[in-house]
Amino acid sequence: MNTQQLKQQLETLLPSSSFEEGGEWTTVYIDPAAWPETARLLRSAKDLDFDYLFCVTAVDWKTHFTMVYHLSSTIHRHTLVVKIKLDRTNPEVATVSEIWRTAEFHEREAYDLMGIVFTGHPDLRRLFMTDDWKGWPLRKDYEDPVNMIKL
Amino acid sequence: MDVNPQISSQPFPGDVHPTAGGGILVTKLDEVINWARSNSLWPLVFGTSCCAIEMMSTAAPKYDWSRFGFEVARATPRQADVIIIAGTIVNKMAPVLKRLYDQMADPKYVIAMGACATSGGPFFYNTYSVVKGADHVIPVDVYVAGCPPRPEALLHALITLQEKIRNGAS
Repeated sequence: MNTQQLKQQLETLLPSSSFEEGGEWTTVYIDPAAWPETARLLRSAKDLDFDYLFCVTAVDWKTHFTMVYHLSSTIHRHTLVVKIKLDRTNPEVATVSEIWRTAEFHEREAYDLMGIVFTGHPDLRRLFMTDDWKGWPLRKDYEDPVNMIKL
Repeated sequence: MDVNPQISSQPFPGDVHPTAGGGILVTKLDEVINWARSNSLWPLVFGTSCCAIEMMSTAAPKYDWSRFGFEVARATPRQADVIIIAGTIVNKMAPVLKRLYDQMADPKYVIAMGACATSGGPFFYNTYSVVKGADHVIPVDVYVAGCPPRPEALLHALITLQEKIRNGAS
């Protein structure tokens, strides 16, 4: 399926979502509450078959967070980017680790460095940082007077 | 420290007086021991980032550090004489580096290769995870500038270490 066809099909499947233009791949914005349901749909809908989650990213925009999921289909060879805007004070989104197993580690990484809480995650704990680490080091407002020399 | 051509051109510290049926060697034991050590420094297989690629290149046929007695890199600290800190040392790696150094048998030598191992380099400012110089963890004999240093620079550092050992400075 090419980008245009993919977009058309998604518009009928997800009527409440909005699209972002200008990227390499079809990019869709969805609501955090709709994510588990949408993810299951993208995974199983006919002609979509997004069976491969190849990247999970968290972006700190200072006013809010954005979760970015890169999905691909190994059957149809098409790619989709899903973006979810999250609240800065209480960043919570449902896990997709039971749909794409790879998300288990990706989400732990996003939790470890950005402090995004994935509800329903089977094992949400520190991945790179030590278990007793305080704070979320990749957030823009992160301060660490012990280890960091500020410039 | 410049490479002293005079030291490099004196391969053996002592005089051999030829006599009938053999010869008499006049030297100092310390100097002979240092000479022997300096010509057989086996590095430890240790690299934490891109400097390790340059280190591997230095070991490979084009630069071939075996020519200077660095012969083979050993994959265990028990058999290594010199550790080349080739790359960034992060806070989680620091205890590992300390343990490897402690496990090496005396005499042991340390080369800090590149900006990260010297001072933290590009990760000096605004970083929560990087040790600002490997000398916070273990003592260093020779520092190499560069990011990463070219193989020639590492070879120069290795030869400088040999000179320090021959001079009894390290």
